[in-house]
Order: sequence, then C-alpha cells, then structure tokens
Amino acid sequence: MNARHNQRMGILFAMPWILGFTVFLAYPLISSFYYSFTNFSILSSPRWIGGSNYSELMGDQVFHQSLKNTLLFAAASVPLATVFAILLALLLNSKTKGMAFYRTIFYIPSLVPMVALGVLWLWVFNGQYGLLNEGLRHIGLPPPPWLTEPAWAKWTLVIISVWGTGNAMVIYLAGLQDVPQSLYEAADIDGAKAWGKTRHVTIPMISPVILFNVIMGIIGSLQTFALPYVMFPGGQPARSTYFFSMYLYDTAFQYQRMGYASAMGWVMFAITLSLTLLALKLSSKHVHYEGG
Amino acid sequence: MSKRRRHLFRQALIQATLIILSVFFMLPLVWMVVTALKPIDETMTSPPVWFPSKLLWHNFTEAFAYNSKDLGYIPFLVYGKNTLFVTILAVIGSVVSNSLVAYSFARIRWRGRELLFGITLATMMVPGPVLMVPMYALFRDFGWIGTFRPLWVPTFFGSAFNIFLLRQFLRTIPMELSEAATLDGASEWRTFIDVIVPLARPALVVIAVFTFLWAWNDFMGPLLYLTDQQTFTLSMGLQFFQSQHTGTPWNLLMAASLIVVAPVIIVFFFAQKTFIQGIATTGMKG
Repeated sequence: MNARHNQRMGILFAMPWILGFTVFLAYPLISSFYYSFTNFSILSSPRWIGGSNYSELMGDQVFHQSLKNTLLFAAASVPLATVFAILLALLLNSKTKGMAFYRTIFYIPSLVPMVALGVLWLWVFNGQYGLLNEGLRHIGLPPPPWLTEPAWAKWTLVIISVWGTGNAMVIYLAGLQDVPQSLYEAADIDGAKAWGKTRHVTIPMISPVILFNVIMGIIGSLQTFALPYVMFPGGQPARSTYFFSMYLYDTAFQYQRMGYASAMGWVMFAITLSLTLLALKLSSKHVHYEGG
Repeated sequence: MSKRRRHLFRQALIQATLIILSVFFMLPLVWMVVTALKPIDETMTSPPVWFPSKLLWHNFTEAFAYNSKDLGYIPFLVYGKNTLFVTILAVIGSVVSNSLVAYSFARIRWRGRELLFGITLATMMVPGPVLMVPMYALFRDFGWIGTFRPLWVPTFFGSAFNIFLLRQFLRTIPMELSEAATLDGASEWRTFIDVIVPLARPALVVIAVFTFLWAWNDFMGPLLYLTDQQTFTLSMGLQFFQSQHTGTPWNLLMAASLIVVAPVIIVFFFAQKTFIQGIATTGMKG
C-alpha cells in the first residue's frame, strides 16, 4: 500500500519533467537525428537522402573553418577562465575586509545581457576611439586592431569571456568555504607554507568543483553564439569569428537547409560528448571525492 | 619581519590586488554610464571624454523612442513590456515545475527514480544548437511561431540543471521532518507545501534568479521564434541601434543598454544574500 502510494506520488510530482523531457527533449533529439538524413526546409517536408549531409560536411570549407574557430576559442577561453576564476575565488576567500563588496563587483559582469555586453565591448575595443586602445597609447604600447584583424578578433572574444567568469567564481568560492578548517590546521602543524597549503590541501579538496566547472565551460564555449553574432556579424573579419552555432543558425534559417543544419548539430553533439568524456577520463586520477 | 608586520603586508597586498581587479571589472560599465549621459559629439573623441560637458538625462527618454534612419521608430517600451511578460512567466514556470520534480527525485522513493535522474543528468550534455532545428519544427507544428509561447511554455516542464540543483538542496533537509508530518496526517502535497517549500527558500531564490537572468537576457530564443517587430524583446531591440549606414549613436545605444541591464542588477542586489547562501548549500560542487 505504502510503496504503491509512493510510486504514484513520485511519478505524479515528476510528471512535469516526464512530459517536458519527452516533448521538448527526447522527441526533438530523435527527430533531429532523422532530419540529419534528409533534405528539409521550412517550406518543404523532409525527404530521405541517406548520409549525404554528413559526406557533404566532410568537404565543406566553411564548416571546417567554423569548427576550427570554435575549438580554438574553447581551447583558449576554458583554461584561462578556469585559472582566473580560481585565483579570484582564492583571493576572495582570504580573510580580508570588504569581501561582500568585491564579490558583487566581480559577479556583476556575468549579469549583463550578452547583447548589451557585445555592444559595450565593441565600444571599448573600438580601434580608433575605444577606451582600451586609448589606454594602451597612453602607456606607449601599440594599439592593436582588436576588431578588424583576424588574428586579434578571437582574442577579443577570449578576453571578454574571461572577464565574464563571475558565475564560475561564485561556485569556486562556495567550494572553498566548504574545505574543512582542520585540514589547514594539520598542514600548519606540518609546517606548510601558503603555497603548499593551496597546492596540497585546497586544490585537491575543490577538484570536483573544478571538474564540474570545466565541463560546463567546455559545453558552454562550444555553443557560443550571441556575443560573436552581435559583435562580428557574419563572423568578420575574414570569418575568423564565425562560430559553429552561427553557421548552424545561418544554414537552417538563412539558407533554409534544416537537414544539413541537423547533421551539423549532431557532429557538435558528438564533439561535446567526446570532450566531456575525455575530461572525465583525464581527471579521474586527480579528482578527489570525499567519502565517495 | 615580525609576524604582525608580515600579516599587515599580506593584507595590503591582497587589498591592492582586489582594488586593481575591481577597476578592471568595473571600468567598462562605468564607461557605459558615462557614455549614456554624453552629447553625441563627445562620444567619438580621442582622448576620450570622461567628464561630459553636460549630463544629458534626456538620452534615456530619447532611447525609449529612438527613430532609426534604417528601420524607423523602435518601440523600446513595448520591447520592455514583452521581455517582462516572458520573464515573469518563465520564473513562475521554472520555480513551480522544478520544485515539484526535485521533490520527487529527492524525497519520494519510487521505482525508476534513479534511472530517470541519471537520464536527466545526461541531458545536460546536449548542446542547445542541436535542438535549434527540431524545436523550431516542433513549435511550427504547434502553430506557435510568432507568439511568446516557445519562450515560456517549456519552463513549466522543468529543466535538468535546475532539477539537479534543487534536488541536491532538498536532500540536505532531514527525512525526519517529512516523517513527522506524515505521522501528523499530512498528505504528500501538504508536506511539500508546508514543510519543504519554506525550508527550500534559498534554493528557490537561486532558481528564480537564474531563470530571470536567462529569460531576460535570452537572445537566441526571440531571434528564432519572434517574427513581428512589435513582439520583439529588449535584447533584440538593442541591435537596432547599431547602424551600418548612418553611424551608431553610441550615447543612445549605451543609454538603452543601461535600461536593459538595470533591472538585472537591481534583482541581483536584492536577492544577493539569499542567492549566495543558496549557491553555497546547493550541490553545485559535484
């Protein structure tokens, strides 16, 4: 009786998600897999064409370019943002005055809507009148063409993503505050210095948090869309900021090739999945879980 | 150096680093505020003008009724109303649905629970762009393209990340509380509403703030599903201030951006304490 009652209640309470999962996730995923083998536009219904979308992708230069751009961006921004967020969190975790104030300051950038952020940074990075280049000229450094030179444009986006790392920082901070004080006291008795404590106590203790944030960072950075879309329409200059999801969007909604776009989506899924699994595997020796 | 002096030196070093970093974090935003209040001829200058000759508060009213040379009148106030409508519904939907589902995952024992929860976690790895085309096709079949429904209806059916977050929090509430309520004759529903929901307030605030941020800032959703200019949202409206042909009115664009950012910062300011407490106690740490 009791078990049956629980069974009913459990399913009843989970019902929104059971429905949501089926309608807004499972069904779209399955249909997208099917679409990826079809020719399909907004106006026509899907027509089966086998694997030709995938074979076309193999030779698609724009696809290769956008994939390369996205992977380079992820490879640069995820490690940099991770290190930066951890350093910020360590700094905020040291016993000092005004922590609530600084925490808010560092968090505010991640509150700004991507589009507002995009136009703000366009203004700051502007080659001629931008704040940044004014500053650089002031201290005698050459002002780089942040927005107009392919070699620089990607770095502009990396800098912005590092600046907006507040979300990860807050999570690290929460993790740091969970490290038992007794471990530091034990390290003190062993005569450990500040760096030794960070390296042998803090980092191992927050390693699950780091793993969580890195995986979220990989997944997020591979999907980057709004910021480059607003700052660099069409992936200018010379498609150097044309990211995977921008090409997918254009393919589906500008060129009306929804089947082809679905195939791109699945390639992206495969890449995300393998990078996540790789991160899990590489980290398994280094991530420390307390009590399982 | 004595121990005390070394301590003072360390403190000074930490404070100095924090202050320099704060400047780095705040400067772009301060620049946004300064630019928003400038006359247009002081926006494109070298060296930049930090203290405008006069403060033009009417830049804000002008941003609300901007007449773009390329696109005509931009109904920014209407966009604000649209954004608010979608955001409020999304926050309600997300708090209600995710708390119900997380309650089931965290506090009711039933067959299939672990399996469904495992699947739920796995779905967090599905990148959004994979769903772009099939979601569009689905909403088109529903006849929802051009309406607000694609933007808020799904929030009433839960999301994996929020479910995970809330479940971790709900698991920390002692089971004895629920058992006592059951012994007192409370139904599952009453236990949920009277016992668990009040205790879960910090975590629910986290969910509400996250959803607010997501819905208010969402760009791709409106871009995909909204077709009529009158139904656009703020994040789309901002784009119209940029002009390829007549030059961007940077002061008005910054004023408009500020109008978009302000509510977010105000919400965060009021929710901050509960928000940080909530994050600290949810299972974001693996």
